[in-house]
Amino acid sequence: MAKIKLENVVKSFGAYQVVHGANLEIDDGEFTVFVGPSGCGKSTLLRMIAGLEDISAGTISIGGKVVNNTEPSDRGIAMVFQSYALYPHMTVRRNLSFGLEMNGNPKDDTARRVALAANILQINELMDRRPAQLSGGQRQRVAIGRAIVREPQVFLFDEPLSNLDAELRVQMRVEISKLHKQLRTTMIYVTHDQTEAMTLADKIVVLRAGHIEQVGAPLDLYDDPANQFVAGFVGSPKMNFLKAEVVEKGPGGAVVALSSDRTVRFAFSLSTEINAGASVTLGIRPEHFILPGEGDADLTVAVEVAEHLGNTSYVHARLSGETVVIEQPESRHRGDGQHLTVGVPARRVFLFDQKGNRLR
Amino acid sequence: MKSKSRSLLLQKIALHAVLTPLAILWLFPLWMMFVFSTMPDHGIFSPEIVLWPSAEFAANFQNLQADTNFVRAMFISIIVAIVYTALSVMLTSMAGWALARYRFAGRSIVVAIILGTITLPFAVVVIPQFIMVAREFKLANTWIALIVPPLFNSLGVLFMRQAFSMMPGELFDAARVEGVREWRIFLHIALPLARPTMAALAIILFLASWNNYLWPLLINSRPNMMTAPVALGTLIGLTKVSWGGIMAGAVLLTAPVLVVFVFLQRHFIAGISAGAVK
Ligand SMILES: Nc1ncnc2c1ncn2[C@@H]1O[C@H](COP(=O)(O)OP(=O)(O)OP(=O)(O)O)[C@@H](O)[C@H]1O
Ligand SMILES: [Mg+2]
Repeated sequence: MAKIKLENVVKSFGAYQVVHGANLEIDDGEFTVFVGPSGCGKSTLLRMIAGLEDISAGTISIGGKVVNNTEPSDRGIAMVFQSYALYPHMTVRRNLSFGLEMNGNPKDDTARRVALAANILQINELMDRRPAQLSGGQRQRVAIGRAIVREPQVFLFDEPLSNLDAELRVQMRVEISKLHKQLRTTMIYVTHDQTEAMTLADKIVVLRAGHIEQVGAPLDLYDDPANQFVAGFVGSPKMNFLKAEVVEKGPGGAVVALSSDRTVRFAFSLSTEINAGASVTLGIRPEHFILPGEGDADLTVAVEVAEHLGNTSYVHARLSGETVVIEQPESRHRGDGQHLTVGVPARRVFLFDQKGNRLR
Repeated sequence: MKSKSRSLLLQKIALHAVLTPLAILWLFPLWMMFVFSTMPDHGIFSPEIVLWPSAEFAANFQNLQADTNFVRAMFISIIVAIVYTALSVMLTSMAGWALARYRFAGRSIVVAIILGTITLPFAVVVIPQFIMVAREFKLANTWIALIVPPLFNSLGVLFMRQAFSMMPGELFDAARVEGVREWRIFLHIALPLARPTMAALAIILFLASWNNYLWPLLINSRPNMMTAPVALGTLIGLTKVSWGGIMAGAVLLTAPVLVVFVFLQRHFIAGISAGAVK
């Protein structure tokens, strides 16, 4: 087990910089998830920690030791890849033991570790098959098994579940969570799936275009996003963003009205200065709408489609050109094309400036 | 349903109608070579054309063996081809691996140069190569001169490079994370996965060496180091040319190639079409 520390880590491919000075601390035994849209540099960051990519600037340390120039195998890490990367010409057993064998690990110790990993992952019956004879989920288990036999201080996962179907993904997610509880090893997990991030992580690192946007516990990100990007990324369905304007400005606060319906107004107490007339964005999550009259303002929207999931429904509606998604736990019988009025509690509304920074 | 299978059948018949004459056209000279190898010389030159073999193969072979030690030449050819193939597959895979897997300055230039050398005809290369090997290194009439200069096969390098660069990089990353040393990654992971390509390449190289005439002719003048094609070639200049013997030699030269091809054609085709699908 080990702490990991990134200080001003920069990565460039030629003249093209893809990670712009990342600073991050990961505690011993913590499950950290890197999340962000495709191409934001998650894999690159992970591969730098693994030692598979050179670090252009900055330092990475694992267990208090700077590892910038340490070989991947000497960093005490094990990695699980998106493509599983199992050796196709070897049996499952050999896939697990190969690395240890090549490093001259004593035979009986290798056998012990392989048996242990096979037990943990319940792949005992698969040991003599080749990867091509396994299902996606089984391959994933073997890939994780190959990481376990290394008995690493840190596990690195790069989108390990993205090649699995939805059901299997949920199942493996739970298993990885269990594995972490069992081993209590530091784990870093890369995904672009916010549900995986929310359910697995002790700590989420949200990345965008090579910048760390916010670091925090899943619920902290949900309750208190640092900016519009994080607010939109965390939570499903996505937070609604509505154009608004500052109509009144007082000491330590402002009144903001929706651009599409200026009668919908909210008063905010703000420590930042903001001018009357400034354009802002209001953010409200689909699940935070309440009954009309019970909030600080009522909002009437034109219903377009309602998705009924059984336990809840998502109403997709329009508000003069803007789309709004509203979760309606009890709207099973609501048809399309109707109007819907909901209440909005001001304390659930987030305020962002035009650059997407949170105003508070 | 029925009409569909019928049109398929018609298609098959049409295809065979085209391919069968082509196959016969290709096989005819080979067959005649075999027929001639079994005829006495006067039979070969008789005006009537005989399409069926007679029984003089052994006699023809004895003539051949008397003119030149053909058994020894065959043996040398086989040894040279095997050594050449083994060494060349080894070298070209290592070069292909380096060019596919390592990022280094000037890599694309190196690849471009290698690709460029393919376009040079051997006729352009052979004189400078001869001068270099025979005059500069004074290696004429040595095994090294016979085997080493053709070893670096640019087609083979590109062939292997292609095979390696099509393998998923995460496979080798995984091995690196596990602390497997580079040469062991190459040996235990990359090479086994490249086996079909190596088999195809080996066939191509073996045939190239087996059929090589010009280079062994130029660089070696010692009879006891002659490869089979060169030995056969020397017979044309003799005062009494034994055509039956030459044909017998040609049959013996062709037979192993056909055998190799028939047994390994699966690999051969797999290698040629590698990368076409998937
Ligand atoms: N070897 C490379 N050479 C040049 N650019 C690269 C290389 N590897 C990655 N990049 C670039 O770096 C950026 C980050 O890539 P990275 O693979 O880290 O993204 P990611 O967040 O993992 O995306 P995804 O979710 O699609 O896997 C991308 O713009 C990508 O094009
Ligand atoms: Mg990635």
